[in-house]
Amino acid sequence: MAEPRYEAVVMGASAGGLQALKSLLSALPESFRLPIAIVQHVDASAKSYLAEILSRDCKLAVTEAEDKADFRSGTVYLAPTGYHLLIEPDCSLSLSVDEKVNYCRPAIDPLFESAANAFGPTLIGVVLTGANQDGARGLQHIRTRGGCAIVQDPESAESRFMPRAALDAGPVDHIVPLSEIAPLLGALEGQTLPTTGSKKAGAKGGLK
Amino acid sequence: MKLASAPRSLPADAALGTIAEGPSALLAGPQAPREDVESIELSLLLEAIRRRWGYDFTHYSHASIRRRLDQARRAAGLANFSDLLSRVLHDESFFDRLLRYMSVTVTEMFRDPQCYRTVRERLIPVFKTFPFIKIWCAGCATGEEVYSLAILLHEEGFLERARLYATDFNKDSLDIAEKGIYPQRAMDAYAANYHQSGGRGEFSDYYSSSYDFARMKGFLRDRIIFSYHNLVTDGIFGEMNLITCRNVLIYFDKTLQEQVLRLFTDSLRHGAYLCLGAKESLNFSAVKPLYETLDSRQRIYKKRGLVAHG
Repeated sequence: MAEPRYEAVVMGASAGGLQALKSLLSALPESFRLPIAIVQHVDASAKSYLAEILSRDCKLAVTEAEDKADFRSGTVYLAPTGYHLLIEPDCSLSLSVDEKVNYCRPAIDPLFESAANAFGPTLIGVVLTGANQDGARGLQHIRTRGGCAIVQDPESAESRFMPRAALDAGPVDHIVPLSEIAPLLGALEGQTLPTTGSKKAGAKGGLK
Repeated sequence: MKLASAPRSLPADAALGTIAEGPSALLAGPQAPREDVESIELSLLLEAIRRRWGYDFTHYSHASIRRRLDQARRAAGLANFSDLLSRVLHDESFFDRLLRYMSVTVTEMFRDPQCYRTVRERLIPVFKTFPFIKIWCAGCATGEEVYSLAILLHEEGFLERARLYATDFNKDSLDIAEKGIYPQRAMDAYAANYHQSGGRGEFSDYYSSSYDFARMKGFLRDRIIFSYHNLVTDGIFGEMNLITCRNVLIYFDKTLQEQVLRLFTDSLRHGAYLCLGAKESLNFSAVKPLYETLDSRQRIYKKRGLVAHG
């Protein structure tokens, strides 16, 4: 049987996220295969040019997520303004206008939690700069399902509150400065998954 | 007596530990499952709700319904979905409360103002060529959108020649919609939407305020018929000139989206209009050839017909 590998990446960013995402995404090679879904907090009343801005320097396709679209390799999907972005069990994308989570819509936790439910141990979650605690709970859920949790080193973050909150919520797998996240994702993409019993011991059953 | 044998040779925790980890030699029996326990419980719960109470959520977007049920589970202080399932099967009043979690919708008046502007500028002139029109707000929730439409029609001098049908399967929401009473705080926020949508009057002329609440004026309420209708299980609502169904389809899977879009198509007159939410479209639907796109940004479609109106 083929060794299991990572299958998808989810990222969350808030204050300072635009610069962080620009730098992170532009550092990913064209060959990066894992689909990426991103929640960047934005003001609901503002028209969003996020996809346009981020696609300028990114070698991967960057697009606003559409409801029930496939979550495809080599593509970066952004949550639309005013909608939560979720991943379905069949790994398609879906949108919702449910109530705000952590005062935000889109919010990071619904993306992380639904993606963790869909991908289990083959998911990588990344919490970047921000002045909110959104994403902390979702990142722990990713880890509970056996996935890999990455947090931007708060010292390298424009706003360190969100990475700090993610670290305070529980153990994570990697704490790295922004510039090292893209190389780390590249390395993880090439790896087979860690085997049962090492750090994943806490991931039994998924019951809360 | 011999019991059907569990894999006794394995330490119990080793067997448990593999479930979340996906394929493994330990579980190589029939088909090593990758599904997590909670998604199995979720399927069973939805099936129980369907068979016990007749509400079919099995074709809802699972990611959203799972979040909502999880909220309900936490609010009820239950450990897992299996406990929720037991309550749902045996306790009707518990199920009624649960149902509220499953159909909560967040809506506002004149949401996406540009959409209302398009209705005003492009649909109203066509409607004015008819003696009478019927509009269906499908999945109206607490009624904010149907009152917005009624205000728009009033300003166009057309409300008396229109009948609006507002339907939902959540009786609590319908009750709020029918009363037309909303928090004053919300109305203040909607006023900006109203003006952006091309509103010609003062938004506050459409309700009367009392303390922290606002009640929509009677002449608006009188033109709206509120009624129970479940898009999943109920039939067509005929001969409509316009159907609006905004931010409802995103909660359905593709199969159910398709079923509901067929229901709408059968409920529309030829040459009539369908208005969807800002992130919903006919692009992936088999009914697409039956429509022309009137405004792709505002997701307004016109049903083709043998006799084209307008």
